[in-house]
Order: sequence, then C-alpha cells, then structure tokens
Amino acid sequence: MVLSIAALHRSTVGRWSFWTLMFIGSLAPLGWISLQAVQQQLGADPAQVIVTFLGIWALRFLWLSLAITPARRLLGMAWLQRYRRMLGLYALFYATVHLLAVATFILGWRPDLLLRELTERPYIIAGFAAWILLLPLAVTSTQGWQRRLGKRWKRLHWLVYPIALLALLHFVWLIRAGYLEVLIYTLILAFLLGYRLYLKWR
Amino acid sequence: MLIRKAPDIAPSEITPESIYRQRRQFMKGLAAGGALLMSGQASALARYALDEEQVRYLGPDWLQQKLRAAQKSSVFSTDEPLAPYEHVTGYNNFYEFGLGKDDPKAYAQNFKTDPWSVEISGEVHKPGTYQLEDILKGVDLEERIYRLRCVEAWSMVIPWVGFPLASLLKRFEPTGNARYVEFTTLHDPKQMPGQRSRFGTIDWPYVEGLRMDEAMHPLTLLAVGVYGDALPPQNGAPLRLVVPWKYGFKSIKSIVGIRFTEQMPVNSWQRTAPREYGFYANVNPSVNHPRWSQSTERRLPSSLFSPNIIDTQPFNGYADQVADLYSGMDLRKWY
Repeated sequence: MVLSIAALHRSTVGRWSFWTLMFIGSLAPLGWISLQAVQQQLGADPAQVIVTFLGIWALRFLWLSLAITPARRLLGMAWLQRYRRMLGLYALFYATVHLLAVATFILGWRPDLLLRELTERPYIIAGFAAWILLLPLAVTSTQGWQRRLGKRWKRLHWLVYPIALLALLHFVWLIRAGYLEVLIYTLILAFLLGYRLYLKWR
Repeated sequence: MLIRKAPDIAPSEITPESIYRQRRQFMKGLAAGGALLMSGQASALARYALDEEQVRYLGPDWLQQKLRAAQKSSVFSTDEPLAPYEHVTGYNNFYEFGLGKDDPKAYAQNFKTDPWSVEISGEVHKPGTYQLEDILKGVDLEERIYRLRCVEAWSMVIPWVGFPLASLLKRFEPTGNARYVEFTTLHDPKQMPGQRSRFGTIDWPYVEGLRMDEAMHPLTLLAVGVYGDALPPQNGAPLRLVVPWKYGFKSIKSIVGIRFTEQMPVNSWQRTAPREYGFYANVNPSVNHPRWSQSTERRLPSSLFSPNIIDTQPFNGYADQVADLYSGMDLRKWY
C-alpha cells in the first residue's frame, strides 16, 4: 500500500488523483455529520453532538499535520510532506466550523452570551486562542509566503506547538467523569512533540 | 429479558418504516391540533396519549398495574411542553452505563430491575431489607411533571410517576439523630459497564444525600415511572430520586440503599471535584460552575437554528416552595 502510494506520486496524474482523494476525503466527516443532522439522527441535543464532533475532528487534523514529520522520517514516506499544509488547513477549517457551530447552535449569536463565554470561561479562552493563532499560519501557508518570509517562516510556524497545547488544554478542561479519550490524545501529542525534541538533542 | 417480546408477528403485518414515520408525522400534527383545542387544564396523559406508537418500556406486570392507577394531576406539575418520550429515555447521564448520552439506552437494556430490594439502615427504628413490592404496597402513585435542570446547563420537562419520599421515610421511623439521608446506587460492574472503566473519576457506588428537611419536602419524589409507564433502566429503574430544585446529579438512580445519618453525607460528585460540586447543588443562576456559566440553560430538545436558550431560575423555578429551607444560608458558600 505504502509503496503503491509512493509509486502513484511519481506521475502527475497519480499525484493529482491522490491529492483530490485526500481533499475530498477530509470533507467526509463534515458531510457525515451534516447528513445525520438533516435526517434528525442526533438525538435530543443535536447542537452538542455536532459541536463535539467538529471539535474532535479539528484536533485530529491538527494532530495529523503534526504527525507528518515523524511519519516521514520513521516510515520513510516522503510523499506525505505534500499533505502537511492541507491537513493543517483542514484543522483550521474544522476549528472554524466548530466555532461557528458553538456560536450558532449553542449560543444563538446572543451578544451577551458570546461575550460571557469568551471572557469568563477558561476552556473557551484556550480554544479560541488556539483558533486565533492558527489564522496567521493559514495565511502564510502558501509557497509565496514561505519564500517571502524565508527563515522567519519556520520561526512563525513554530506556533503550531503552543496551538496544539492550547487545543489539548481546551479538551482537558472539558473532562467530567472520564479521561480515557483525553489521555489517548495527550499520549499521541506527547509522542509527536517528544520525537521532535529527540531529533533536536540526540 | 425485561422487555417482553410481542406474540408472533408475521412479517407482512409489520409496517414499513417510511410509512410508520409518515404516520408519526400525521399523528404529531393531530396532537398539535388537539393541544390547541384543549384548554391549559388538559391532563398530561392527554398531552402524550397520541404518541403511543413510541415503543414503551413496560416493566413488570405488578408495577404496570400500579402505574395505570396513578393520580394524573398534581398542583406541583408544570404545564410547560414535555420533552418527547424518545428523548427522555434516549438522552441520559447515567455513567454506570457509559459516558455518552446515548450509552445508557444502548447498554442498560438487560439490566435486571425485578426483583429489587432496598436496604434501610442507620439512625432508624425499622432498619432492614425491603422488597420494592413491599415499599410500594399501599402507596398511591401520582404523576409529577417537573423541570429537570442538569448541571451541564441543559434542561427537560419530564412527567415522572412516583410518590413523595417523605411518606416512605416516615414508615421506617427515623430516630432523633437522623439529620441526613444518604442514598446509594447499585454497584454491579457485571451489569454496569461504566463501573468497569479504569479511567473514570467517580468512586463507585454512586452516593447522594439530602438534609432531612429536603428529603421530607413534598416536592421530593421517589419515581418508579415516566410517561405513565415504568422507568426504563436507562432512567434509573426501578427506583430513583427526583429533586426538581437541585441539579440533576442529585436525583440518584437505581437506589439500593437508604441510610439515615447524623453527619452530612459526602456525595459522589463532591468527592470527585469538591471545588465544582457541593452537597446542596441547588439550581442557582448566580453561582457559576467554575468551568461554565449557570445563568442560562438550553431547554431540550432543541432545534439547531433556534436554540431554546432560557434564563435559569433560582431553585429551578421552585423558589416559592423551597427557598425558605435555606434562609440565612450563604448559597455561594453552600453551592
């Protein structure tokens, strides 16, 4: 499988097809939850189900974008590099839809509630800060900006690490009775960040 | 099996789901029209009688008969719109069966609720283990339509069937030392998958408590039914507490123990996170949960583009009946 994908990337058509597949595949979670919502399959509180689902997918895409470098190095999948930007942008995309879902479905765009949540709730402040910090990374994710910023590009995109920690904190602060899921995401992130430290100091 | 199997049904007699759904829509239309025609005095039974196509959990026969005889109107009932049966019984916090809102319904269906007994202990003249049938003997059941406000800032209106806790407690003759009542949920990891999880924050069994005057208050209900039928397992069958002016977690489910104590019991959530949950847990819009606001709530079921956001009322709207229980108390301290 891995070999065949690598082979696929040697031709333009192959690269293009796989890129398209990844692009459309990444929209599948949004498509699935939208369908469930339209068919009223989400129970008594569809708002909460949608918000949680989108938030988890934002986190997954962020973790995936952070997994590219370790996977490329450890598994030798050089072709993965092409998809790092797409995964990062999808993290922002799902975080944005997640945020819009909160504002629309949970808070009904009531200004007093929006202000209250954004100023008083630490877990929301952490999540919102992660979203804000993703914006400059998305804007400067193009090759043009990469050229223009030169060495500073790398320094700017180092921001993804505090972003990941803020996103994790947002998740941790939502724990009520079970922490298994949060623990799994924490361990994966610890590995992804720990591997980078290992590369740096070995 | 707790859900009785219907006698043999020929496949030809089964209505295709699409038609069933259309019919449901039609019935809903009728129900809505009917509700308009009826005055505000319509009994709750009339308000949901038209929804009988919903698959109901019926419970044991002996209980069903008692439930049928329940008194249908109560001065304590609200006339706000009811949460539909499918949501009342499909959207539950019952961590013994899992953390997801749909886990209890998914994993509690084989939960054995009959026979059931409750152990009465502590500061009481008549301790002992009582069968549920004996507990309900001579008890008149009544329907109470209460608001249920969850600490997670959502709420539902639910037609419980039960009887005042006070009437039961008096039968056991508490001693003069009895100042609190402690309730315990069944601990049975074999039946309750949530109790097997190693990554939970709650020490099982689940424990709750009330001050004696709270326990004796006429609003405080022991429920054995909902929507005119038996409580389904996911709603805390066969016996659960309903304390409508407190956050939902106080309304402990599947009770196997009632202990009268002199000391204030430590309830499970207080033990888990004392900074976030206290003993009293009265619904209070001016005391926020440390992580989220309690000043508003979303009344469920909610539709996506018009979230039913309403202001949370002190004591969940039951202040007239219960506020004087707490006169002179600093409710910021005793959250």
